[in-house]
Amino acid sequence: MSEAAPAAPTWPDDIYRALKAADIRQVAHVPDAGHARLIKSCEADNNMQTVTLTTEEEGVAMLCGAHLGGQRGVLLVQSSGVGNCINMLSLPQTCRMPFMMIVTMRGEYGEFNPWQNAMGLATEAVLTAMHVTCYRCDRAEDVGPTVANAARFTFEGGRPVAVLLSQRLIGAKAFVNE
Amino acid sequence: MTTRTMTTPTIHRRPLVARLLEGRDERLLVVTGLGTPTYDAAAAGDDPRTFFLWGAMGGATMMGLGLALAQPDKRVLVLAGDGEMLMSVGSLATVAMKRPANLAVVVLDNEHFGETGMQPTPTHAGVDLAGMAAAAGWATTLTARTDADIPALVEAARNTPGPVFAVAKIMAEKLPFVLPPKDGAYLKDRFRQAVLGEA
Repeated sequence: MSEAAPAAPTWPDDIYRALKAADIRQVAHVPDAGHARLIKSCEADNNMQTVTLTTEEEGVAMLCGAHLGGQRGVLLVQSSGVGNCINMLSLPQTCRMPFMMIVTMRGEYGEFNPWQNAMGLATEAVLTAMHVTCYRCDRAEDVGPTVANAARFTFEGGRPVAVLLSQRLIGAKAFVNE
Repeated sequence: MTTRTMTTPTIHRRPLVARLLEGRDERLLVVTGLGTPTYDAAAAGDDPRTFFLWGAMGGATMMGLGLALAQPDKRVLVLAGDGEMLMSVGSLATVAMKRPANLAVVVLDNEHFGETGMQPTPTHAGVDLAGMAAAAGWATTLTARTDADIPALVEAARNTPGPVFAVAKIMAEKLPFVLPPKDGAYLKDRFRQAVLGEA
């Protein structure tokens, strides 16, 4: 690292605050670098149950179970994992359950790994096809309010929602030997 | 290399599921995997605290986990087919990490995909689901092969601290359909009303 390392972005903390304000109690995730700081905050919170998944669709089913039991949850994934969720998204749609996912995007602005492009570029279309409303964030100052409003949209309105955190916001991943 | 002991199953699925749900009270919450487990539970009697899946294959165990975490004072019982469970083998690891004491999964294992023409599943070739759950770290695992094993299976499913994973080797029978309601929104609303007192 150089001595002039930029300060860590604070939008993950804004997400955490928005999730707390929305009374989110279950946090399911397949880890992603873009979610690392948020996952750490949730793991440190005694009022949140964090669950590490083996594959993303597990989280869709889990959060629908949480809803049956009266708790709110969120699924944290990368855009590649959205593809794994497709059929399981029939569950919140068919049952008119609230369901919220926060997706860190790959395969777009500045992507260096072409293997990420196929799913990254299809993510919004796939979610929309499965009746999941997408709120996209390109700027750090929009993240907190967007998550807060997505939570309101799904938990008050009963329709599945995804917040897409763009690669322009997160910064393109670079493989650098440290 | 362990030698697999081949036995012809003698357990009938419908009486087994009726036993599993017998005398249920408001503490027991049930999720059924799509296909025959859903019809078996319906045959045992409709109940608002049973959430019947008609799709979302591979999701039953994880639905049970989310429900168990949200309702730690209730017992959550998942009834899954072997095809359903094989599709969600990863959830054996996910559940093992959380170790929910109030979750039990019973696999109704007829070693076939019963909905689609009775094609053999991997359990027919010897894949041991209870062994996989034990290796993942579930608190209690067992396999029932005869009627004599049923009382222990029922006790584990209903009362033993979990997570409990119990496989029942059942006959590959074609039984009459007993169909519960299939409107997911209705099933969800009545379940929440019964458990939470709200729609």
